[in-house]
This record gives sequence, structure tokens and C-alpha cells, in this order.
Amino acid sequence: MSAVVATVEPGIHSLSRGFSTFLYRRSTFYLLLLLLPPLLWLGTVYLGSLFALLLQSFYAIDEFTATVVPQLTLETYRQLISHPANVDIILRTLAMAVAVTLACAVIAFPVANYMARYAGPRMKAFFYVGVMLPMWTSYLVKVYAWRLILAKQGILNWGLSAVGLDGLLEAALATPVVGGPSLASSYLGMFIVFVYMWLPFMILPLAAALERVPQSLIQASADLGARPRQTFWGVVLPLALPGLAAGSVFTFSLTLGDYIIPSVVGAPGYFIGMMVYQQQGTAGNIPLAAAFSVVPIVLIAIYLMLAKRMGAFDAL
Amino acid sequence: MPAAIEFQHVARQFGTLRAVDDVNLTIGSGEFFALLGPSGSGKTTCLRLIAGFEQPSAGKILLNGGDVTGVPPYDRNVNTVFQDYALFPHMSVAENVAYGLRVRGAPAAARRTRAAEMLALVQLENFGDRSPAQLSGGQKQRVALARALINRPAVLLLDEPLGALDLKLREAMQIELKNLQRQLKITFVYVTHDQGEALSMADRVAVFDRGHIEQLDTPRGLYMRPHTAFVARFVGGANVIEGELARRLTGDTRSFAIRPELMSFLSATSALADGMISCEGTVIDVLYHGATSRWQVRTEDGSVLALARPELGAQSDSPVVGGKVRIVWPREQMVMLAGS
Repeated sequence: MSAVVATVEPGIHSLSRGFSTFLYRRSTFYLLLLLLPPLLWLGTVYLGSLFALLLQSFYAIDEFTATVVPQLTLETYRQLISHPANVDIILRTLAMAVAVTLACAVIAFPVANYMARYAGPRMKAFFYVGVMLPMWTSYLVKVYAWRLILAKQGILNWGLSAVGLDGLLEAALATPVVGGPSLASSYLGMFIVFVYMWLPFMILPLAAALERVPQSLIQASADLGARPRQTFWGVVLPLALPGLAAGSVFTFSLTLGDYIIPSVVGAPGYFIGMMVYQQQGTAGNIPLAAAFSVVPIVLIAIYLMLAKRMGAFDAL
Repeated sequence: MPAAIEFQHVARQFGTLRAVDDVNLTIGSGEFFALLGPSGSGKTTCLRLIAGFEQPSAGKILLNGGDVTGVPPYDRNVNTVFQDYALFPHMSVAENVAYGLRVRGAPAAARRTRAAEMLALVQLENFGDRSPAQLSGGQKQRVALARALINRPAVLLLDEPLGALDLKLREAMQIELKNLQRQLKITFVYVTHDQGEALSMADRVAVFDRGHIEQLDTPRGLYMRPHTAFVARFVGGANVIEGELARRLTGDTRSFAIRPELMSFLSATSALADGMISCEGTVIDVLYHGATSRWQVRTEDGSVLALARPELGAQSDSPVVGGKVRIVWPREQMVMLAGS
């Protein structure tokens, strides 16, 4: 009896089949084929321009012609940290970023927890769409809409006085530093817009992290005698920390780098993003603009280091 | 002394599904009690009702004589060993074990001593500093046990605790759990779908099917005197003969159960002894189990009977697939079942 050898039928598929087989046998080549385009994009276009920016922050500027000279100097950084106005801008932006991040975390937690743990499938889908829906709208439209909402003759003012709470708003606006003539021209109003804008970036990673916490861990905690508050601080929060860290990196860095919200809504004080915009544009001081944009990178690096030291990524 | 646990007409409804349907149950203090049943039979829901993770839709649950309806899990003197162990991944083994004391505000020194004691009880003295991720399945199981016992609960609930372990480890843990229960004199409520486990460990077993208790008995009682076809099949792996075939063989309309190991083959020419019942059929399968072999025999009316026989080396008379056989069994070994 002769053995029957299975043969691949020759035809139009044989070429693509041959190629598939080739890729299957040379898995390293396959991997390279898939990874090379995104790596090139990330490596040259993205990281490359970032390093070019970093490099520019060390370039000198000619005092007379106001042109950039490719001559390495630390003068720009000295200027950055020795001018009180620049330090003010950095501290102002940092304070806003911290406040926005904290507010986003506090507001996002109950929402994310409900989405991850209590909502049924339909409710969950509704919430996910609801959280992401604002991100589908133009950013500028939202910022200008907020300016109208927060204006002195805006709907918020009108609504608050309709229910007799305008006294509360006036008291808030009378607070030094954060207050101002109206919400639309105060740090408080800017803070509200920032929190609104970045809230989805906190809710989504937090919900994803909470979804990964098994229900049995929460039940085990209650079973061992922990009250809901103890379960929250002892089990839920530590296990959600990676999500909280991811979300806060978004809210923190987005606030640090934004220049549109501070220029449309809020008090006249400058923010880092506005300085970058102005220095590279009208002022034509590219090195200072570059040095300013290095600040958020450094701040986020410090923030991540602190988060790691506090064990935010231990549960990963 | 009041019963450790009492169910009074307890029901639990999930939407249109009655997971637990009018269950009455009394579990004595210090008893090793098993809830046995296939998945979806309501046994785990009963356990969760005792723990307080679920609330009954109807009826009452008493723990130590007191009504616990509406009492949250953290106010019940009951602890649970979870099926997936549910160890806290961000805590060390010792911190996991001491968690129950920590949330009750015990001082750190007392927590350390007690946690070390509990780890010694489950033979994991030197594992306190490890993280749960560094443990094997069997070790996680022991940590979960130590953690659940540290609060000295009146009742320990175990939800398929050995389900994820391999056979050898499972058998060793069965013996250990049984010894631990004797030593601590705590009421154990043990959920399992493995009848062997329930029979070998429990003082009494409640067999669940579709939300209600089919039979509540000692392991021996369940095995020797099943009341229903379900119990006979699920616990004893018995043949249940019903309908026309039952009537023809016994002259009785009730169905009956006969366990495979009580049956034997008889050659067609041999005379049937007194008190024996016989039935003819065709072998459709032979399964070799090592210590025993099992024959699947299809009778003339189409029902399939199983016959088990110890493997005694090469036997020339072993029927093969396709062979015509005559099966006999003693009438007195048959168990009459309640009509269903």
C-alpha cells in the first residue's frame, strides 16, 4: 500500500499561502514587519522632535538680532528660574494642575466605581458613551460655551439667582486669589472648565482599574469584619491606585500644557502653555519657549517618581 | 443550645430564576455539614445567604438562634474561604491573615502573634513575609483558611475550597480539613459538587437540585438509601430503572435504583438463583478504570445500565463490546424510589 502524500493544490492561493508560511517560520521577521512602522513613527517623528525641542532649550539667543544661535548655554534656564514672573507662572500652573487632578479624582471615583461594579450592561454602556460623548465635540466649542455659561449674564449666574443661591457665588468670587469679578474671569471658573474637560480622562482608567478588582476581594474584606469605609481604604483604593495614577497623569499633564482654557476663561495671570505659545510666536524666543515646555516634563517625571515610591504601581 | 444555622422557608429569587426555593435546614453546632449539588443547584447561593452576601427574598435565617435577616456580612460571626481564595494581592501573607484583627482594631503586637499562630496551624510558619503571588495553589488555600479562622468564627463557610487543586493535594487537604474541624470544634459548612468529597468529609449532607433540598442525610444514608432518582444517580452513580422496564422486572410500578457494583454477569445457560433479578442486553462500551472496569449495557427497551466489577487480572469471561449479556442482581439490594 502506498502512502498518500497530502499536497497543496496549486492555484491563486499558493503565493499568499507561501508568504504566510514564510512569516510563520520566521516569527522574528514577522514581528519586525509589524513593529517597524510604528517604531519609526514614534522614534523619529515623535521622540526625535521632542529631543530637538530639548536641544533648543539649551541654544543661545543673539541679543541684537534676536536670532537663535546653535551654541549650548544654560542661560535660558537661569532666566527661567531667576525671573520671579516666570517662577510665578510655573507655580500658578502647578497649583492649578494639582487642584484639577484632586478634584477630578474625587468626582471620578464614585462615577467609575458605579460603572465598574454596580451598573448593569445597559447602564454601563450608557455611562461609557455619556463619559466619552463630550470628547467627540470640538474642544474650542466647549471652551467658548463655558465662557458664556460662566459669564456675569450667563446661565449659571441666572440659574443660581433663580434658586436664591447667588449669595453663595458672590461669596466664592469674593475669596482672594481664586475669586474675581465673575466666574468667567476668575481662577475658580478656569478650574471648573479644566475639571469638566479632563474628567473623562480620569474616569475611564479608574473604571478600568476598578473593574479588575475581583468582587470576592471586597466580599472577603466585609466577611472578615471590615466596614464599607475600611474596605474602601484598605482594599478598593490600594487596588485602584494604578488607575488613579494613570488618570492623574492625564489630568495633571493636560492642565500643565494647556494654553487655550487659560486664554479664553479665567483671570489674566499667565500659564505655562500660554508662555510657550507667546515665546515661540510673537516673542520669537524659541529657547525660552522650549525651556518652558521642559517644565511639565520634569514635573510629571517627579510626580511619577513620587507615585511609584508611594506604591501606586505595586498592584499592577 | 441553639442550632448554629437555621433556614426557615428561605427563598432567593434572581429575576425570574428561583435560585433557592423554600429551603428548610438546621445545622447543629460543631457539625461538618456539606451542601452538595451540580452547578446552578442553589448550594452556593445558600452559602452566600449565610455569609450575608445575599439577602433572602423570603423566609428567615437564624445564626445561633438570632435572626440575621438584614445583618451585613461584617456583623456576622461567620467567615468564608472563597473558591478563588480572594487573598489581597497588595498585602503580605501575614497581613492577609491578620486583616480580620486589623479591621477590628487589635493592637499590632497581638495581630502579629495571632497571625503567626494561625500560620503555624496551617503549617506555613515561614511564609508570613511572602506575597500571595509567590504561593502555590495549595499554599494560597491554607492562607485563606488561616485568614478565615483568625476571628474565631462560630461557623466557617467553605465554597468549593479544593476545586482548583490537583487530585493528590485535594485528598491530602480533605484529611487536613477534617482534622482541623475536629480540633477546633467549629461548625463547617462545605459547598461542593464532588460527591466523593461530601461523602468522605461531612457528618451530614444536603443534596441540592434546582434550588431545593432533594435529600438531607448522613453520607451512608444517602449512598445506601437514596430517596429520589436524582440522589441515586448523583450521589451513588446508581442505575435508575423506571417505567415499563421496572414493572416488567419487579412487578412494581415504582422506579428503583441499583448500584453498578452490585450487579454481575450470568451466562445465558445458568439458572437464576432465588431472589435474583435478571435483565438482558448488549454491551455498548467497556471503560477501564484500573481498580474496576465498567460496562455500559443497552437493554432491549433502550435504557443503558452500568455494571462495575473489580479488575481481577485477565478474565476470559469479560464481555466485549457488541456481546449479548445477561445482568443479574439481588432483589434485596434494590432501593425503591419515591415517584417522580
